[in-house]
Amino acid sequence: MKRRSWPLLGVLAFGYAFLYVPILLLILYSFNESRLVTVWSGFSFKWYGELLHNRQLLDAAWLSVRIAAVNATVAMILGTLAANALTRHGRFRGRTGFELLLTAPLVMPDVIIGLSLLLLFVAMQQTIGWPDGRGFTTIAIAHITFSMAYVTVVVRSRLARMDASLEEAAMDLGARPLTVYLRITLPLIAPALLSGWLLAFTLSLDDLVIASFVSGPGSTTLPMVVYSSVRMGVSPQINALATLIVAIVALAVIVAGWTMRQKPDRAQKRGA
Amino acid sequence: MTAPPTHSHRLSRLVNIGIPYLWLGLFFLLPFAIVLRITIAEPALAQPPYTALWEWVGDGMLQIQVNLQNFILIWEDDIYLAALLNSLWVAFICTVFCLLLGYPMAYAIATAPERRRMILLMLIILPFWTSFLIRVYAWIGILKTNGLLNNFLLWTGLIDTPLHILHTQSAVYIGVVYSYLPFMILPLYANLTRLDPTLLEAAADLGCRPFRAFLRVTLPLSMAGIVAGSMLVFIPVVGEFVIPDLLGSPGSLMVGKLLWTEFFSNKDWPLAASLAILLLALLVVPFVLMQRLQTRIEEGPA
Repeated sequence: MKRRSWPLLGVLAFGYAFLYVPILLLILYSFNESRLVTVWSGFSFKWYGELLHNRQLLDAAWLSVRIAAVNATVAMILGTLAANALTRHGRFRGRTGFELLLTAPLVMPDVIIGLSLLLLFVAMQQTIGWPDGRGFTTIAIAHITFSMAYVTVVVRSRLARMDASLEEAAMDLGARPLTVYLRITLPLIAPALLSGWLLAFTLSLDDLVIASFVSGPGSTTLPMVVYSSVRMGVSPQINALATLIVAIVALAVIVAGWTMRQKPDRAQKRGA
Repeated sequence: MTAPPTHSHRLSRLVNIGIPYLWLGLFFLLPFAIVLRITIAEPALAQPPYTALWEWVGDGMLQIQVNLQNFILIWEDDIYLAALLNSLWVAFICTVFCLLLGYPMAYAIATAPERRRMILLMLIILPFWTSFLIRVYAWIGILKTNGLLNNFLLWTGLIDTPLHILHTQSAVYIGVVYSYLPFMILPLYANLTRLDPTLLEAAADLGCRPFRAFLRVTLPLSMAGIVAGSMLVFIPVVGEFVIPDLLGSPGSLMVGKLLWTEFFSNKDWPLAASLAILLLALLVVPFVLMQRLQTRIEEGPA
């Protein structure tokens, strides 16, 4: 590359500042003594203390984490199947429709997905008696429906870039297709499965709109609690919560980056 | 690899294609049919709060009720059309701003040294992993009349009286660009890194100035990325609810928020369903455009 252009670097710096300054301010003010978010009156951990005693918020967080885990697991399986279909089965009949169904959830406004699924659940309850009421199951189904599309994107690109020679070698040595898939393919795409799972988990943990439509009484998720307290105005407890989320994400990224850096070394050692 | 279709191959087709197809058909496609059916129902004080499509009225008579009142209301009451137009406008403006900020960023990342590229890209994706709701909330504290931005500007002496930004359309623009910027940068980056650098070298060898080469070579070749990124921003923003609700003014409505209000506050399910169908109809064109382009990118030469 030739010399770097300064205007370009300026835009880049501005862009990153734009993305990160709000998050940094949020973190900074979570340690603020004052209730007023804009006045700094001294360092304090008190909002974290209050956060940890907020029963309603903790219950909602626990519900959200459970839904997110179920969602991520099912979405990972369904998304991987769909990615297999798109990379392994060529031009099957109905492929265009299949791809359409897998792209639409990525951009479909949440209000449409939420409303339409709610109306489906109500109609199903009327005709076949299931699902009986709304809550955990209906939220999980709704989340799986849109997060599997994201998993498909992640796993599909990994499958498309994968070196086919290992699979072919195993096949030539007489391994059955399922064995090849389980013993060769799955380990090779495992990182993509993990990032798909994590992505689905985060998407579910983050969703306010769809969950609001398809949840029932007694099943309030974390974003719903956050939303209702944010509507009341700025609350330092939410800042503390944001800081905890950022800390967890940063930790996960560091751990992931560290393990990825370790891997090539190990592979090289094994090869030597 | 063209293997003869064996028993296990057929089974794998059935599982890989059949199960996701079935799930999406049941939980993504079928619901739209039900939404469509509810648009022609009447709201009722019942559980669920709308009238049935048909009713047996005895003597083998089947009465079908079609209520077009919702669409007539949407057509005649200015508020709905205004909200639809405003949503399209907000989405358009924000897409333009995302492009203006996102393109140079994607370009700078794509042309950065290999080692730094991954870190820069990671920093774009990272905010996406933290809560969207909380990131929007962060802007309330910044944009408030006695918020951080105003305090800062007053302190520097650039302004004498606090600016009124929160609960205006400008706050919605800021919030949307902030939240959707990564969706613009990622496809653009993917597109720009696949660009063949020898084309630019050839242009330079032929005496083309760098900026002109950018306009004549890079920009046209990255059109696919521009359209993909723009659609990834435009389509969801038209139906956005959280940002206009938390940052926007109560006066200028967006259709996502209106739908929410009709559903949760007014309990008018049929009207909310009609708005959803209208919103969907508006988004079909950009969606088909995006889908076409994607297939072309996947089929064409990389």
